[in-house]
Amino acid sequence: MSGADDTKRTAPARSDNRARGNKTGPSGGAWFLLAVAVLYAILFAAMPELASEALRRLGQLARHIVPILAVVFVFMLAVNLLVGRAWITRHMGARAGLGGWIMALAGGVLSMGPMYAWYPLLSDLARKGAGAQLIAAFLYGRAIKLPLLPIMVHYFGLSYTIVLTLCLAAFSILSGLVTARLATVIPAAEPPRRQAQGDS
Amino acid sequence: MVKQRSQRRGMHGSPMIGRSRFRQTFLRTASGFLRSLPVIAGVLALTSLLTVAAPPTVLAELLPLQGVLGPIFGALAGSVAAGHAMTSYVLAGEFLSAGLSLATATAFLVAWLTVGVAQLPAEAAALGLRFAVWRNVVSFALSIATGISVAAVLSVLA
Repeated sequence: MSGADDTKRTAPARSDNRARGNKTGPSGGAWFLLAVAVLYAILFAAMPELASEALRRLGQLARHIVPILAVVFVFMLAVNLLVGRAWITRHMGARAGLGGWIMALAGGVLSMGPMYAWYPLLSDLARKGAGAQLIAAFLYGRAIKLPLLPIMVHYFGLSYTIVLTLCLAAFSILSGLVTARLATVIPAAEPPRRQAQGDS
Repeated sequence: MVKQRSQRRGMHGSPMIGRSRFRQTFLRTASGFLRSLPVIAGVLALTSLLTVAAPPTVLAELLPLQGVLGPIFGALAGSVAAGHAMTSYVLAGEFLSAGLSLATATAFLVAWLTVGVAQLPAEAAALGLRFAVWRNVVSFALSIATGISVAAVLSVLA
């Protein structure tokens, strides 16, 4: 499982210049953020109360997501340090076996916070060879919320909760299989590599 | 040979991650992570705006959730709505109390958790546009299928 020589390998990337890390201007993400900021500015001029409320809500959400992003970063670092591309390709690649499906589903069930907090890690894994089917299964499996199961039982009853949970587990695999037939994952551009120094 | 081995292993013979390699990997991970932050921040701002401008209850009122097509419109409302998972449980419970079908309430709940219209830009940036669109389309269809399946299984069990 060691990824000792992983940093020396080149990850598959998008064919355009952006994917190769050759971009010089702001990224698409920066433009997207700018567009949202402009939308907020327009809203502040037209409907200040709505914009203020949205901003207050943004503060609440940000406080909630920052710790989760920290956890995601630690996961990413651990994967980059300890898990090699060969291991990911073998166990989580396009030909992954039952273990890969179990890992994807368990990861989805255990992952916390909003879905978008996990995109950087998934993009990282995809760059290292994780299959589209397992990424889709991970994202669908997130619908099973272990900490919230008691609340679901309270609202809908035990039999509903059991049937829904089993359906979600089965459909997460179906979601992975169907999505992988329709599309492949094209991960975000890999950060430009620095010149190795010392004992790398 | 001995020197090479000593470079690869720590003082006690355990595999060692060199400080320089850790630093290099840390910087590379941080760089990739930081580059994804603008999209996440944008989605966060968009989600906040959506929850304030179009609350799920308003969305549910706007859509014809009664009838045979209820699960489809329920999934549609769940796809556009955003917020904490527990809110979806509460709303789905309210839908049931209001007399909507179990399939509709379930489709709404599952679509809320698996489909993300507001998150699409972030998903497309991280995993590719084609994958993001198809995954959301498949999840939308499966949320309707889940709603119908759960209602059918429970009616058989009952």
